[in-house]
Amino acid sequence: MSMSDDALNAFRAEVRTWLEENCPQEMRDGASGEDAIVWGGRNWKFKSDAQKLWLERMASKGWTVPTWPVEYGGAGLDRAHHKILLDEMRKMGARVPLQSFGIWMLGPALLAFGSHEQKLQYLPPIARGEVRWCQGYSEPGAGSDLASVQTKAESDGDHYIVNGQKIWTSYADKADCIFALVRTDRDAPKHLGITFLLIDMETPGVTTKPIRLISGKSPFCETFFDDVRVPKANVVGTENRGWDVAKHLLTHEREMISGGGQGLLGGRPLGAVLSEQDGGLTDPVLRAEAMACEIDALAVALTLERYKDQAESGGGVGDASAMLKYAGTELNKRRHELMMSAGGADALIWDGKHDGLAADWLRTKANSIEGGTSEVMLSIISRRVLGLPA
Amino acid sequence: MSTLLLTEDETMLQDAARGFLDGAAPVSHFRKLRDAGQTHDAKLWAEMAQMGWTGVLVPEDAGGSDMGHAAAAVLAGELGKTLVTSPFISTAVIAATALRQVATDRARDALAAIADGSVIYGLAVDEGAKHDPDATQLEAKADGNGFRLSGTKGFVVDGSNADRLLVLAKTDAGLTLFDLPADREGITRTGQNMVDARDAAQVTFDNVQATGDDVLGSVDDAMTVLKPALEAGQAALSAEMLGLSAGAFAMTVGYLKERKQFGVEIGRFQALQHRAAHLWSETEITLSAVRHAGRKLDEDPDNATLAVSLAKARATQTAKLAVIEGVQMHGGIGMTDDFDMGFFMKRARVATEWLGDYGYHAAKVAAARGF
Ligand SMILES: Cc1cc2nc3c(=O)[nH]c(=O)nc-3n(C[C@H](O)[C@H](O)[C@H](O)COP(=O)(O)OP(=O)(O)OC[C@H]3O[C@@H](n4cnc5c(N)ncnc54)[C@H](O)[C@@H]3O)c2cc1C
Repeated sequence: MSMSDDALNAFRAEVRTWLEENCPQEMRDGASGEDAIVWGGRNWKFKSDAQKLWLERMASKGWTVPTWPVEYGGAGLDRAHHKILLDEMRKMGARVPLQSFGIWMLGPALLAFGSHEQKLQYLPPIARGEVRWCQGYSEPGAGSDLASVQTKAESDGDHYIVNGQKIWTSYADKADCIFALVRTDRDAPKHLGITFLLIDMETPGVTTKPIRLISGKSPFCETFFDDVRVPKANVVGTENRGWDVAKHLLTHEREMISGGGQGLLGGRPLGAVLSEQDGGLTDPVLRAEAMACEIDALAVALTLERYKDQAESGGGVGDASAMLKYAGTELNKRRHELMMSAGGADALIWDGKHDGLAADWLRTKANSIEGGTSEVMLSIISRRVLGLPA
Repeated sequence: MSTLLLTEDETMLQDAARGFLDGAAPVSHFRKLRDAGQTHDAKLWAEMAQMGWTGVLVPEDAGGSDMGHAAAAVLAGELGKTLVTSPFISTAVIAATALRQVATDRARDALAAIADGSVIYGLAVDEGAKHDPDATQLEAKADGNGFRLSGTKGFVVDGSNADRLLVLAKTDAGLTLFDLPADREGITRTGQNMVDARDAAQVTFDNVQATGDDVLGSVDDAMTVLKPALEAGQAALSAEMLGLSAGAFAMTVGYLKERKQFGVEIGRFQALQHRAAHLWSETEITLSAVRHAGRKLDEDPDNATLAVSLAKARATQTAKLAVIEGVQMHGGIGMTDDFDMGFFMKRARVATEWLGDYGYHAAKVAAARGF
């Protein structure tokens, strides 16, 4: 056994002991649904003391954002150590202590493009769950064609005056801050006049209005900016060059949506899930479809592994990540269609035997829309990976 | 487990293989063989042996290069890209893996002969239209100290060109694997006119005499030897199928960039772009499964069934998609014999059936995943 194996094994033992001692019993049920998620933020209300304790303890270890540098609230873990941590958490069914757009999206973008001061200011509160962020990208006229954003930010000394409207802003009504794409130069080609701006939602002139979705839940909002004053110090990267930051963030968003976090690899085998619902998966058509879905899920999970291997070895993955977003989300939709089939009439009741399944099923339909649609992913692949003419 | 990336050695092997095959065995070489009614190129096989390919799974003390299953997959993949006809999988992968499960001098000599390219093996397992070793009916009746084999095998890949045959037979209390010279008295081989223009034979056994020496492994216990061999073959065949998918795909994308209709390259049409992008996604995902199978066979062979069946199931579906889309997106020219795409379609179909089709392997995955 090599030295590094020894070190990893020691780390595993240390993690296991710490988790045993510190993970409250209540947090060990493997739950991951909406009710189990802690989003954090200034106005966050924990559903139990155990949730709060679990978050505080994990944050103190830097394990809410294990791969971020220690000085920004993380634990500085490399992939091998990170995997061990996730592994051990999974084994005991430990819930994820904290999730947020700050962790998934803004954090990685700040790490890549933020100044040292910005990192120190924004990252640790994200890691501790003290500030909750939302994403202000989409507008009524700028969805797939994101670079058409019109929300404008006009210079006024060391401030901008922001006016315009965002749409589909998930959890805007609950978030403390928003990272937004705003237009700072109307005359430049559309990609070159966009700035990536951090805005506090409590600033006068910011208002939100909920949108109800087909899944019944309504975490989505329209967000309005009416003469909102924002310090120029809140620009991430360079003025008018926000598109680079936006794209970097999108890669992380896509990875997260495609299951990059943990979904597919950590997910229970579909066969086991369906057997419970169907009492042995007896319907031959359902069984055949489930087998096919399981095969594809395993292969997609391995592809995620391979891309991580590649990223770690220094070879970038680049636009090929659009493929993971496409494949992962289409697969998740298939998986939920199968779960609905297996549940039959029971699955059609909002809060019946399969509590939350119907809502989850409907929610998955957005997976291939949010963060860039499947069609847009396919276009990215055909143009940038395959080099087909535009 | 190692990463799913190629090691430096594997990358070098891949580059060398591609370099060699582009010169020695492009698709036009296959066409020449087909037109001449030949299913084997002895010179090419000898060159492959010289480069150490036939010994890729042969231990070094038997003269092999023992590079492992992941490396065998690299070679099979490159062979697949230009549809190279060779007994690589039946001999260098399946027979070599079977033989190295047993520690006899005979097996060691046979391994040495595989490594130096002097023997070709065929695998005589199937009898019905579908791969199903458990359904073996060919009988090996005890006869004095030996056996008498009677029955018929079909779809014996490389069977006409083979010097030796691995034969699965029913014995008193189970299945037994025999390693027999192909010209032993009572064996008749009939070449089948296969859709992919490669070698497969029907082999009949009429009271064929076998001794205890001819048994590979133990009597009534074929699977200890055969299971790893089949899995090795399935993994390599998956790699070949992925290679052929990549070959067909490259032709298709090339055509999309060059063919003009309505005054523009057809690759500008989004309907085709999206299908090409989807097809590429499928090949990328299957590549991961193929790599994983090779690694698993090298590092944890006793538990490789899931990985191998996953690879074969995925490779089968991906190859099917690649050739169907390949023909369709080429339009009329894709249907002509003059054009190579049809060769890919035919080979994909044969490789789909060999060693278990999608349903066969999907069921294995399902069992391993607790369905
Ligand atoms: C649940 C959910 C949560 C979201 N959360 C957020 C959020 O927090 N913040 C945020 O900023 N945004 C969010 N979004 C918005 C999301 O990013 C957009 O909905 C998405 O980018 C698609 O834009 P659109 O809805 O305007 O559709 P459109 O762009 O109008 O697309 C309509 C259809 O046309 C197709 N289409 C469009 N252009 C092309 C093309 N060039 N080629 C082929 N087909 C094309 C699309 O694929 C789609 O099928 C969220 C969306 C959903 C559904």
